[in-house]
Amino acid sequence: MDPAPYRRPYWNTQPDYLFPKYASTVRRAPTQPLVVLPHTLSEVTAPVFGYDAVKPGDSDLTKQHKDEPQGERIVVSGRVLDENGKPVPNILIEIWQANAAGRYNHRVDQHDAPLDPNFTGAGRFLTDHHGRYRFMSIRPGEYPWRNHYNAWRPAHIHFSLFGQGLMQRLVTQMYFPGDPLLEYDPMFMCVADEKARNRLISLFDWENTIPEWALAYRFDIVLRGREETPMENRR
Amino acid sequence: MSLRASTSQTIGPYLRIGLEWMQIEDMAPKGVAGERVSIRGRVTDADGKPVNDAAVEIWQANSHGRYAHPEDKQDKPLEKDFRGYGRSLTDDKGAFRFNTIKPGRVAGPGGKLQAPHLTVTIFMRGLLKHLQTRIYFPDDRANAEDPVLALVPAERRATLIARSSAGGTLEWNAVLQGQNETVFFDF
Repeated sequence: MDPAPYRRPYWNTQPDYLFPKYASTVRRAPTQPLVVLPHTLSEVTAPVFGYDAVKPGDSDLTKQHKDEPQGERIVVSGRVLDENGKPVPNILIEIWQANAAGRYNHRVDQHDAPLDPNFTGAGRFLTDHHGRYRFMSIRPGEYPWRNHYNAWRPAHIHFSLFGQGLMQRLVTQMYFPGDPLLEYDPMFMCVADEKARNRLISLFDWENTIPEWALAYRFDIVLRGREETPMENRR
Repeated sequence: MSLRASTSQTIGPYLRIGLEWMQIEDMAPKGVAGERVSIRGRVTDADGKPVNDAAVEIWQANSHGRYAHPEDKQDKPLEKDFRGYGRSLTDDKGAFRFNTIKPGRVAGPGGKLQAPHLTVTIFMRGLLKHLQTRIYFPDDRANAEDPVLALVPAERRATLIARSSAGGTLEWNAVLQGQNETVFFDF
């Protein structure tokens, strides 16, 4: 029997490849028609990672060097669910971000803001049995980029998630509530559905703040879900 | 309960910070069964310029045609040293590389066997969502009956088939635009 396929994305919640307001898409987006791919065994399976893939310290970006990084400590946590509301357990998540001054620890980043010798800005962890994850970091800074005149990226953290199947693979960005730069950012504005965009904004999370230590943000992520199999429809 | 999947966002230019720790170009350690293959290629943009900030990921079955994943329940051997996952970050020439084994055939739609193939996922600055494509092997008779290749217009199928090149390596390039634009899937 063919595996149950993953549901196709709802039309206005995922970006098109060509989006000229984000200038780099123009020379990189495919121009020929895409070929609709059936979801075979090759698409519903994906690499499986175990707890040996990550070290406990990989989820605390404030403790990767001799001293503490500059900036405001934050705790980010959330759940990974699929579109059917089922938790997605035991998947690998990779994150990376700029430092508190808005500078990446990368040779290509020439923004005139200080590097922080105590901040690399990379982490990784697995979701637990309930699809939950949690990491410590510092709040990333906003920074200018050259997409258009006076372009600034809102503060964000990059997320890369391996799902349980190749069709769940997702790279996205988490934003912060109340950021005035969001509405000017072509990446954030890349889909028409305002509700979809707003789901990329984390929520201030009072319950998980650590008194006298760190503020907390909550960011839930939804991966694609499977179509119900004919068997399930019959009940 | 019905939720909507989170919106994809670009991986951006600084992907190395987050992804470099798990670069896996040598996918099959010694002892893994199967025909050894070396794949070399480049990612190029509309101007033929190298894309030096892409991540190319491979997902494949082992030489027996079985995926190391709980949903693959085919009665074929698993090999504990072969996960089937590779990741190569392109260099200044836009080049990526994988050393792996040629996968066996796996089931396709309607129980028909697929030809040996690697699934390829590509991320880069300038892509708001990733690209999905496949690499097939040259001179494999099974290509003629592969149910996914059959969906691709005949004149574009060659973009999914690696070419044998000097020294026994296979060459496969990801051409984002222009002549010989690679076939990418709507997945």
